[in-house]
Parts: sequence; C-alpha cells; structure tokens
Amino acid sequence: MSASLDAAPSQTLSALPAVEPEEVPARPSWLARARDPLLALIFPALVLLVWHVATAGRPYSLIPPPLDVASALYDLAFGGINDDAYSRTLLVHLSASLSRVYGGFAIAAAVALPLGLMIGRIPLVRRLLDPTLQVLRPIPVTAWLPLSMIIFGLGPRSAFFLVCLGAFYPILINTIFGVRAVDPRLFEAASMLGCQGTAQFYKVVLPASLPAIFTGLRLGLGFAWVVIVVGEMTGVPTGLGAIIMEARQLSRTEIVICGMAVIGIAGFISDRLVLMLGRRLLRWSPNFA
Amino acid sequence: MLKAADPILELRGVSKQFELQGRRIDALRDAHLRVRKGEFVCLIGASGCGKSTLLRIVAGFEVPTRGQALMWGMPIAGPGPERGMVFQDYALFPWLTVRGNIGFGPLARGRPAAEVKDTVERFIALVGLQRFADAYPHQLSGGMKQRVAIARVLANDAELLLMDEPFGALDAMTRERLQDELLDIWQRTGLTVLFVTHSIEEAVFLADRIVVMSPGPGRIESEVTVPLLRPRSVVAPEFNELRRELSQQLHSHHARKAA
Repeated sequence: MSASLDAAPSQTLSALPAVEPEEVPARPSWLARARDPLLALIFPALVLLVWHVATAGRPYSLIPPPLDVASALYDLAFGGINDDAYSRTLLVHLSASLSRVYGGFAIAAAVALPLGLMIGRIPLVRRLLDPTLQVLRPIPVTAWLPLSMIIFGLGPRSAFFLVCLGAFYPILINTIFGVRAVDPRLFEAASMLGCQGTAQFYKVVLPASLPAIFTGLRLGLGFAWVVIVVGEMTGVPTGLGAIIMEARQLSRTEIVICGMAVIGIAGFISDRLVLMLGRRLLRWSPNFA
Repeated sequence: MLKAADPILELRGVSKQFELQGRRIDALRDAHLRVRKGEFVCLIGASGCGKSTLLRIVAGFEVPTRGQALMWGMPIAGPGPERGMVFQDYALFPWLTVRGNIGFGPLARGRPAAEVKDTVERFIALVGLQRFADAYPHQLSGGMKQRVAIARVLANDAELLLMDEPFGALDAMTRERLQDELLDIWQRTGLTVLFVTHSIEEAVFLADRIVVMSPGPGRIESEVTVPLLRPRSVVAPEFNELRRELSQQLHSHHARKAA
C-alpha cells in the first residue's frame, strides 16, 4: 500500500555523486577580516582631525575641541579631573537610559507582536484595528510629548511611554507584513504533509515570518534609542537625554557631545548584539546568513 | 471490498469553473480518468488545458464544481499525506534543513521521534543527499531541492505521487538525471505517479500512459498507451515516431480551435 522502502536503498542511487557543488567560502585571513573595521575608521578619524584643527586653541569657539570632550568623557565616567556635578555620573545616566530603552522596547514588543500576528492572520481583527492604527501611525512621537506629560506627568513614566510608542510601530508593521507575506505554497505543502489547522500557525506562519519580525524588532530597538532623548526632555533628573538637555542650558557643550557619543555607541552595540542573535537564530534565511 | 483491479484514482465527470474578474472560466470540463495502482501517467497539453487544475483537484487543494474525484473509491476531501505533491517551485520549508524538511510530515502526524529519525536517514540515502543532510534549502541547487521535495512526500507514506511540472525549472542535464532517478524510485517502490508536463519527450520517456489535454475549455482529449520497453532510448525510431504522433495530436487540437 504505502511507498515505504523496506528494501535497502540501492547503491547505484546513493552512490551517485552530487554534481552540484555547494559553495563553501574559505575562512578569511585576519588581514581580510580586519580590513572592514579599518576602512570604517578612516572617515571618523578625518572628522576628528578637521574638528581638532577648526577648534583647538581658539578661546571663543562655541564648540569644544575633541581633546576637551575626551577628558570630559573620562571625567564623566571615572571622575578625578573636574570634580563637578557631572563627575562619575555616567553609569547612573547610562543605566537609567538603558532601563528605559529596554523596558519601553520590551513593553512595545509584548503588545506589538501578538497584535501584529492577529492583525496579519485574523481578518476581523484587521478590519477592527488596522485603520485606526494606520491613522495614528504618521503622528510623530514628539507630537505626543505634551499629551504624554499630561497623562503620565513629568518624569520617567512619560519617557517610558514615548520610547514604547517609538518602538511599537516598526515591530507591528513588520510583524503584520511577515505574517501576510508567507508563501501560500507553504500552507499547501504543510497541509499535504498532514499539518493542518492551528498547527500550521506554529509550524509554518511563525517560522516563516520570523525574519520580518526580527527586522521589526531591530528597527524598533533603533527607534527606542532615537526617542530616548525626547523622552528624557520631560523633567527627568537622570538619563543620557536628561544630561544633554541640562548641559545645553548650562552651556556645557562638551557634556552635550559626550551624551551624544555615548548614545551612539550604546545604540550601536545594542544593535550589533541583536544582529548577532538574529544571525544565530536565522541561519536558514539568505537575508541573515 | 477493494479488489486488485480497482483503480487507486478515479475521476468521474470532474469539472472546475473559476470566477475571474466577473467572467467564468472553464478550467476543466467533464474529465474522466482511471489510474491503476503502480501506473505512471503523464498529463500533457498546452497552458490552460486544465492539467494543473486536475492535479490540484486530486491533491485536494481545489474542490470540483461538478463530478467526483475518488481515491480507492472514497471521495477526496482536502489534502492528505497519501497523495504527495511535488511542486515546480519546490515549496520546501526554508527554515528547516534537508533532514527537517523530510521529517516534517511524519512529525506533524505524530510519529515517534526515533522512528522519524530512521525514516529520514533512509530517504536521504534514497535521493543521495547524505552530504547535504544539514544544509538549508537556500544552499541547495534546484536539482537537489527537488530531490528533497520527492523524499519529503515519500517519507510521509505517499502512495500517489502528484508532480506538477517538477523538472520544468531545471537545466537539461539535471532534468535527465532526475527523470532517471524518478523512474528508478518508481520501479523499486511500486508508487503510482501522476505527472504533469508540457514536454512531449518527457511524457514519452516516463509514462505508461499519456493523457492528452487541450484548452478552451480545458478537457481530456485522448489517451495514448506507451508500448515502449524500459529503459527507453530517446533516439530510438519508435520513440520518435510516438513523439511525432503526439505532437501532431496536440497541434491538430490547436488548429481545430483556431478554425
């Protein structure tokens, strides 16, 4: 009845060499691997050089020279140079911002992921919610600032809300897209193999939309870092956004630049970590491999 | 009771109409077909002749508008593992390795993991992909992907192999190899194969019986039994005679339609 093969597979078939070669890239030498990071450093080095030449030794320059910023950053992190209100406060501000970025991001993901899966898969939910969400989408996060201050008050809760809002839409939109873009052939293949009904959600929809969901999470985390400065403008005492706004009012431009640099580096590292995680989990996808 | 002479597959007056932008399309009209167990049947015809629709009805992806499709005398209601489909574009699960794809069906049907493991290894060996067992589909060539697709349905106990122009996207060399491999598997397993193609040569090379279809409305025009012994030679005079005959049949349908 069935096509099961109780007889041993014939040698003629299994012995056939696979003619199609698989591309196995050779492991690159350390020089080849170091080339990209080295190339990436050329442009920032040039910018630092121009910045230094344009500002060093000019007492009336409004922009401090890079060496001043470097020493301010050292003082911000470890103290011992200026010994003022900013000395050794970096860790406090960085951890405050990190907790808001990741906390807001986690809440955004916790709401946007299930919502996106439902909007993508259930037509009724899509008709019910999608139009409203699409109208709210073009409103910039900054425009929510006054309302958020009224609703959540001056303080960290408002920052939390704005970060959450900033991360929400990229995750939602990409999840909906991922779920809806699943190749219909894969549903046919799954049902023909005996996987039907709700099992298809876990065995087909979820894995197939994972690359798009992942892209959404990555974009969302990026937006969370963008929004943190706006979020911390609302009378929060700590956070990288808060020291940027405060130092601006005190004309401590070197501290402003320190805050910008730390946000850039922290955001970059966090993106790299997410990307590494994605490459591990999504080795099967040609877009991530 | 089932008798040996009972057909594994029977179509009784199967018709299928589609709505396309308000117009009704006769994709398939009044198709009758009986396929015996172990038979290799090819469906050929120009595009729009309904050969893919017929296959999709047998697979259970489409419901006939009129008529009945029966497997072992029972009406076909939806897709099922006993009818394994091999798609032209492979439709492998990109997030699963070769092993994972072949084991997908047995696992979905709740087979014990140890048994699935044995089955998977057996069918990987059958299609000669031992070296690529842990590769993902995007790392495989078209020929290798189609081997995986065939192994995937065979590992899932398919009795009837439904193939929708499976080698159409492959280069000529790979196609010939896969044709030989498919015949080899078919002869060793006692499978029944329903194979859609638009290549007359492919049909004459593979089939026990060729069903000629024509478009507008899609219908079965005639059936030709291939009397040639296997292995067949594509340069033999009988082979070419049959090919010419079929080619004339297909063209006369066109001519009649044009007239």
